Amino acid sequence: MTSSRTDPLPGARATTAPPAAGAAGRAHRQVRGGRRRHRWDARFSPYAFIAPFFLFFAAFGLFPLLYTGWASLHRVSLHDPTHMEWVGLQNFSRLLEDDFFWNALRNTFTIGVLSTVPQLLMALGLAHLLNYKLRGSTFFRVAVLTPYATSVAAATLVFAMLFGRDYGMINWALGLVGIDHVDWENGTWTSQLAVSAIVVWRWTGYNALIYLAAMQAVPHDLYESAALDGASRWQQFRHVTVPSLRPTILFTVVVSTIGATQLFGEPLLFGGSQTGGGSHQYQTLGLYLYEQGWFNFQLGRASAIAWAMLLILIAVGLLNWLIARRLGRTR
Amino acid sequence: MPATLRRRTPGSRPGGRPGTEADDATEGHTRADGTGTARRGRGPRLRKAGGAGRQLHAGPFAYAVLVLFTVGSLFPLVWTAIAASRDNQRLAETPPPFWFGGNLFANLTTAWQDANMGKALVNTVFVAGCITLSTVLFATLAGYAFAKLRFRAKNLLLMMVIGTMMVPPQLSVVPLFMAVAELEWTNQLQAVILPMMVNAFGVFFMRQYLTGALPTELIEAARVDGAHSLRIVWHVVFPVARPAMAVLGMLTFVLAWNEFFWPIIALTQDNPTVQVALTGLGRGYIPDESVIMAGALLGTLPLLIAFTLFGKQIVGGVMQGAVKG
Repeated sequence: MTSSRTDPLPGARATTAPPAAGAAGRAHRQVRGGRRRHRWDARFSPYAFIAPFFLFFAAFGLFPLLYTGWASLHRVSLHDPTHMEWVGLQNFSRLLEDDFFWNALRNTFTIGVLSTVPQLLMALGLAHLLNYKLRGSTFFRVAVLTPYATSVAAATLVFAMLFGRDYGMINWALGLVGIDHVDWENGTWTSQLAVSAIVVWRWTGYNALIYLAAMQAVPHDLYESAALDGASRWQQFRHVTVPSLRPTILFTVVVSTIGATQLFGEPLLFGGSQTGGGSHQYQTLGLYLYEQGWFNFQLGRASAIAWAMLLILIAVGLLNWLIARRLGRTR
Repeated sequence: MPATLRRRTPGSRPGGRPGTEADDATEGHTRADGTGTARRGRGPRLRKAGGAGRQLHAGPFAYAVLVLFTVGSLFPLVWTAIAASRDNQRLAETPPPFWFGGNLFANLTTAWQDANMGKALVNTVFVAGCITLSTVLFATLAGYAFAKLRFRAKNLLLMMVIGTMMVPPQLSVVPLFMAVAELEWTNQLQAVILPMMVNAFGVFFMRQYLTGALPTELIEAARVDGAHSLRIVWHVVFPVARPAMAVLGMLTFVLAWNEFFWPIIALTQDNPTVQVALTGLGRGYIPDESVIMAGALLGTLPLLIAFTLFGKQIVGGVMQGAVKG
C-alpha cells in the first residue's frame, strides 16, 4: 500500500525533466510524510486499540462505582432518582444499627462457606479423576460443565421444586430411608443448605476444569520421582498435586469468594421473594440491596450497601494477598 | 492469579502453526516467572516421551464416581424436561414422576405465549449477539495491544483491566438505573446491551492467547512492508486470533444469555430477556409448575444445544483461561 504511494510515477520521469524533478521532490516529501504518519501510527495506535475497552469501562464501570459512593451520602428515592438530598454518613450509620443488614451479612457468609468449601473440594477430587486416562473423557468434561450453561434462574426454579416440602423429589428420597419431610425453605440452615446446593451444582464442574488444566501442567517427572520414593497415589496427590496447584487453588478461592459475596439470583428465586424467606433466613447482601432499592425505594441506602460490599471484597482481597504472600515465603 | 490464567501447554494450544518455535521464544521472554519458561524450555520432546503414555489409567472406582457426577450434573436438566411434560396435578403427587408424560407441547405453548418466552428468546438472542460481537472485537483489539505493542503505562493499564474483573455488578446498578430513568430507556434493549459491551476477562483472555500465538516477527514484517496498524490487525492479527475469538465468543454468549442482576432491574415483563421472563415465572406470574418448568426448559435449551455441538471447544476455552465472567 505505502509502496504505491512512495513510488514516483515512472511515466512522469521519462517525459520531461522539470516535472520529473517536481515528482521526485513530491515523492520525497511523501516518503517523509509516510514515515511521519508511520511513526505517529505506531505511537498512538496502541491507545486506539485499548480505548474502546477503557471508554466503556469508564462509562459503565468506574463512573457508576464512584457515583454509587456519592449517592450513598444522599437520600434518594426510587420515584424521583434525580432529586438527591445530602445526608452525610447517615446511610452508613443506619446500616450499622440495622439488624437486617447484619442478618444479610451473616447469611452471605454462611451460605458462602457452605457453597464454596464443598464446591472446591469436590472440584479438586473430580479434576483428579478427570486427569486419569479415560474413555470418553470429552463426554465427562462436557457433562460436568453443563450446569455452567444453565442460568441461575432456570437452575433455581428446578431446585426449588426438587427441594419442595410436600412433593419434592429430595424429600421423597429421604422418606425412602426413613427421614421425615424436611421443610427446606422455612428452616434457616436447611434453606441455606438448599441455596448453597444450587451454587455447588452450577460451579463444581467449572472449577474442576480449571484444576484439571493446572494438573496437566504439573511435570510428570515429579510424579515419577515421588513414585520411586514409594509414595502411594494418595500421597502423590497430597504432596505433589496439591502443592503444585496452590496458586490455582488460591485463585479459585478468590473468584468463588467474590461470587459468594454477590450471591443474588439463587436466594431471590428460591422462594420467589426479595425478603429471602419469611424471616429473612436466606437473604443475602445482594438481595437486601435489591429490597432496599427497589422495594423500599431507598436508592441511597442501597448504594451504601453496595459500598459496604465493596469494602468487604477489598478486605477479602487483602486477606487473600497476605495469605498468598505468607505461603510464598514459607515455601 | 496470573499463574492460573497463563496455563497453556504447547500441545493444547488450538492454533498450532508453523513458526511455533519462534512464538515459544517470545513467550518465554514475556513471561514473568521462571517456571513457565523452564517448563516450556524442556519442550515438545519430553512431552512426546512422557505425555499420555505415562498417565494413569482410571480404575472402575474412578469411572463409578465420574458417572455419579455426570448423573448429578445432568439429572436436574433431564428432570426439568420430565416435569415440563407433565401437568400441575401430577407434580403435586408422590412419588415424583421419573418418565415423560404427554403434556410437553401444551406446556411449551403456554410458556411461549403467556409467559412471553417467545419474545424473550428473540430479545435474548439479539442482546447476547450484540454483546458477544462487541466484546470479541474490542477484546481482540485491546488484547493485541497488551500482548504485542509497546506503549506507556502498559503494565499499569493491564493491572487496571485485571482489577476491573473484581468489581461486582451491584456497585453500578444504582447510577445505571438513574441514567436509564433519565433517558427513559426502561424496557429498551440498549439499556442492557450497552453496559455489557466490553469485558475485562475477554481482554485478558485474548492477551494470553496472542502473546503465545502471534509471532512478533510477523507484525514487524508487515510493518516493514509499510502496512499501517489497522491493516495489520485485519490481515495478521485477526486470522491468527480466530480460534480464540471463537472460544471467547461462545463463553461470552453463555454469560450474556445468563446475565441476571441488571436485566431484571432495567427490563420488565413487557419486553423481557429470558432471565427476566423466568424471574416472572418464579415469582408466581403463572402458578403452574409444569409451565414454569417448560419455561426453564425453553430458556436453557438453546445453550444446551450449543453445548452438545461445541462442548469440546467450550471445555477447551474454560481450561485455557478460566475466570468467572
